[in-house]
Amino acid sequence: MMVTIMFYLMAAIALGSGLYVAGSGNLVRSVFMFFITLFALAGLYVLSLADFVAVTQVVVYVGGILVLILFAFMLSGRENLEGMQQKNNRLLSVSKLPALLLAAAFFIVLANIFLKAGTTDIVWVKQAVTNHQVMTPDNISINNLGVSLMTNYLLPFEVISILLLMALIGAAHLSRKEGTA
Amino acid sequence: MIITLTHYLLVSAGLFSIGIYVVLSKQNAIQVLIGVEMMLNAAILNLVAFGKFDKINNAGQTFALLAIVLAAASTAVALAIVLNVYRRHQTIDPGKINQLKD
Repeated sequence: MMVTIMFYLMAAIALGSGLYVAGSGNLVRSVFMFFITLFALAGLYVLSLADFVAVTQVVVYVGGILVLILFAFMLSGRENLEGMQQKNNRLLSVSKLPALLLAAAFFIVLANIFLKAGTTDIVWVKQAVTNHQVMTPDNISINNLGVSLMTNYLLPFEVISILLLMALIGAAHLSRKEGTA
Repeated sequence: MIITLTHYLLVSAGLFSIGIYVVLSKQNAIQVLIGVEMMLNAAILNLVAFGKFDKINNAGQTFALLAIVLAAASTAVALAIVLNVYRRHQTIDPGKINQLKD
């Protein structure tokens, strides 16, 4: 029962702050509401028993990406920030109607698919339930996660480390001063 | 009432649609980036929700971690590009930037 209440609370916070990000005209405020969306999503990860992913979400997204976004905001000009605030801070305006229609159509299609797919009838999910392979709140998954990251998924792990290095070098190269290289 | 997989999938569908709306309607490259992050988070929520049924191999959680790292890398590069575009064009409105090279 507690889990149900927490799930609905987290889902409401995530979707509500997401809607605020979409509707708000104030840019800095919408960035901070995105922060709350990410925290609520971390809560949803905990509820589906992925605590390590939740911690990573908080560390990487809130600690890294959001600070980076704010940094770019501050560097891209104050007159830009203030000029954007005056016009167009209504959710419903004619120029945004196509975007709203497309997003609504996408939501209807996705929700229909998910409701009709019958997620409890998927074969491997049924097998997992009968073989007792569903995670329970009392087992510690981090141990198992570390072992499988270093055995089964070693190749993706190494590939992503190379990609991260490339992204680092690329970002440093892109943001250098003009004419120095 | 028990929380099933469908509940998680519906939340992620909602988040994905909000992300699409943000990407399409905002006139600021950084907000477009926030929309992309929101869609990525919806995908990660799906991975995690299905990962609950995979206790031995942990495929869902592992790939959720990899997706978070990918999102971080893409954000770093995208923000470097945004700063460069601002330096050149003095604006970061994607609708006003209409040339690749000046």
